Amino acid sequence: MKRLLVAVVILALAAPWALLAWQRNLHDATPPSTAPISLERGAYLAAVGNCAGCHTARGGQRLAGGRAIPTPFGTVFSPNLTPDATGLAGWSAADFWRAIHLGQSRDGRLLVPAHPITNTTLVTREDADALHAWLQAQVPVAAARREHELRGLYGSQLAIAAWRALYFKPGVYQPDPAHDATWNRGAYLSQGLAHCSACHAGRDALGGDRGAADFSGGMLAAIGWVAPSLLDPAEAGVQRWSPADLQRLLRDGHVESHTAQGPMAEVVLGSTAALDDADLAAMSAYLRALPEYATDRPASALPDPRRRELGAGLYREHCAACHGANGEGRRDEAGAMAYPALAGSRLVTQASAANLIRVIERGGFAPATPGHPQPYGMPPFAGVLGADDLAALASHLRQAFGHHAGEIDAVEVLRLRSAAASH
Amino acid sequence: MRAWLLALAAFAVVAQAQPVPNTLAQRALACTGCHGKEGRAAPDGYYPRLAGKPAGYLHNQLLNFRDGRRDYGLMSELIAPLSDAYLKELAGHFASLDLRYPPPQTPTLPAPELARAEKLIRTGDAARRLPACTACHGGRLTGTQPAVPGLLGLSRDYLNGQLGAWRSGQRRAHAPDCMADIAKALTTAEINAVTQFLAGQPMPADPHPAAALAAPAPVRCGGLQ
Repeated sequence: MKRLLVAVVILALAAPWALLAWQRNLHDATPPSTAPISLERGAYLAAVGNCAGCHTARGGQRLAGGRAIPTPFGTVFSPNLTPDATGLAGWSAADFWRAIHLGQSRDGRLLVPAHPITNTTLVTREDADALHAWLQAQVPVAAARREHELRGLYGSQLAIAAWRALYFKPGVYQPDPAHDATWNRGAYLSQGLAHCSACHAGRDALGGDRGAADFSGGMLAAIGWVAPSLLDPAEAGVQRWSPADLQRLLRDGHVESHTAQGPMAEVVLGSTAALDDADLAAMSAYLRALPEYATDRPASALPDPRRRELGAGLYREHCAACHGANGEGRRDEAGAMAYPALAGSRLVTQASAANLIRVIERGGFAPATPGHPQPYGMPPFAGVLGADDLAALASHLRQAFGHHAGEIDAVEVLRLRSAAASH
Repeated sequence: MRAWLLALAAFAVVAQAQPVPNTLAQRALACTGCHGKEGRAAPDGYYPRLAGKPAGYLHNQLLNFRDGRRDYGLMSELIAPLSDAYLKELAGHFASLDLRYPPPQTPTLPAPELARAEKLIRTGDAARRLPACTACHGGRLTGTQPAVPGLLGLSRDYLNGQLGAWRSGQRRAHAPDCMADIAKALTTAEINAVTQFLAGQPMPADPHPAAALAAPAPVRCGGLQ
């Protein structure tokens, strides 16, 4: 019995050490690329991967890091990617590969999973080497690393090792022979370099996802936006879209009544607007071919005709002038959809009303892109509509124009607002 | 019945929303929801007037909000996805508006204090290295093209809010941030008197910004470079 106890204690003490040792010594036999290095290619890949999106502080020097990234576990601060002593100066292609592919810094530390390693591990050595060469060719910017502010033990190497043991499996993207080269290129981009599933995968309570190929969507807990499912045509699935429409949305951030909002506007500006025609077609082919899978609809507030009546009045007062009496939207004199139709809008009827409430409260513009340089905009209604009004208006919209989405009560509005308040 | 149906059809055609004009004014409606009709200022005085301010100043402020040198969540988030070029066009739109100003607010301070405030505004205080407001904001205090805003036609609350934000570091401009230095050098009593005086002034006959600085700026300002 005593011997068993000793064995258990030894095991309990050894397990964390073994876990860390395992995660820090993952085997990798990928040979360095023999392809000639092209800085132009590296610049393109960095744009598609939107490295600067996270690795640039608001208003700060490009790629010099320091952006605060809120997570449910605390705030992480992105590191400096420029070749300065405070950044990646002296990093070899092999060092960079280890970070991208295995999620390990040069000193062996495991990167926090806010860096989407489940996605970047899919990136090929050739692409990683091009990215490395381009990053090393940037102007060095001195920007000292800011320590993450993670609660409790979430930032500990042991916690990261445990997270990785659960969710991380290193490996470059392997083409699926059942599909053609275009589909496989789209899969490589969407799952890997462009890391669409970093947001569009569902996440569990530990911040783990169901893999880079999962696009079932979920709440971006720390910023209060929902990344809607790409598997459900009633959410953000594009299975029934034409390739041309999807490509315009990804390139211009706007097509007819569809607009990239919030974090997706950032993705368009920082990433998908840069896709060349072949990659745009590949991503679109892959996303259109995703399987269809209906999103679970959470229980909604009990129907309340008086609340909807209040909402209908608010709609006539504040919304109808731009969005039309029947939610049909309004075009401008040039024929472009200036104010999106709300009848049939997925933003209105999505399972979660988070994005709808967010847009009503805080307004928004489509991203200004070369193909859509002067978007029309919507003013914030935060100072005009209280929680009861927002619930009423959202409930009306979710039931009007032939919609059958669940109603929202004021408690839900407050809950969503507190989820967004940290950002 | 048939006539009724025809009438209904006619109504449906009328009800079909007319196309909106393809103009900057139409696009700027997203701003005037808070900044008041045509950008004249909101009734509560918190959101400032945009109409008639120098275009360079407005463009600088839009970039400051978008890039985090000024911080107001609703504003920063709203314009986050907009390009430098589009923000410049929107700034130009508001700068081009020539609209009537609201009547001044009646000051509550005694006249001698207001007189001291006016002296500070018009001559500064060399001993404390405080330049005159008029040196940059124009003899008429209506601003100077292309990047210095006017100080009249704004509410006390707004003026106090800005000077306070400069003191706390919440409002910033490109370095060197001259207004931050000035706001920090002023006492709170001086700020109160100065904003009372400014908000109490009627607009001059010519409310437009001066075409250029009368003399080189007495201090270096990032916003002017």
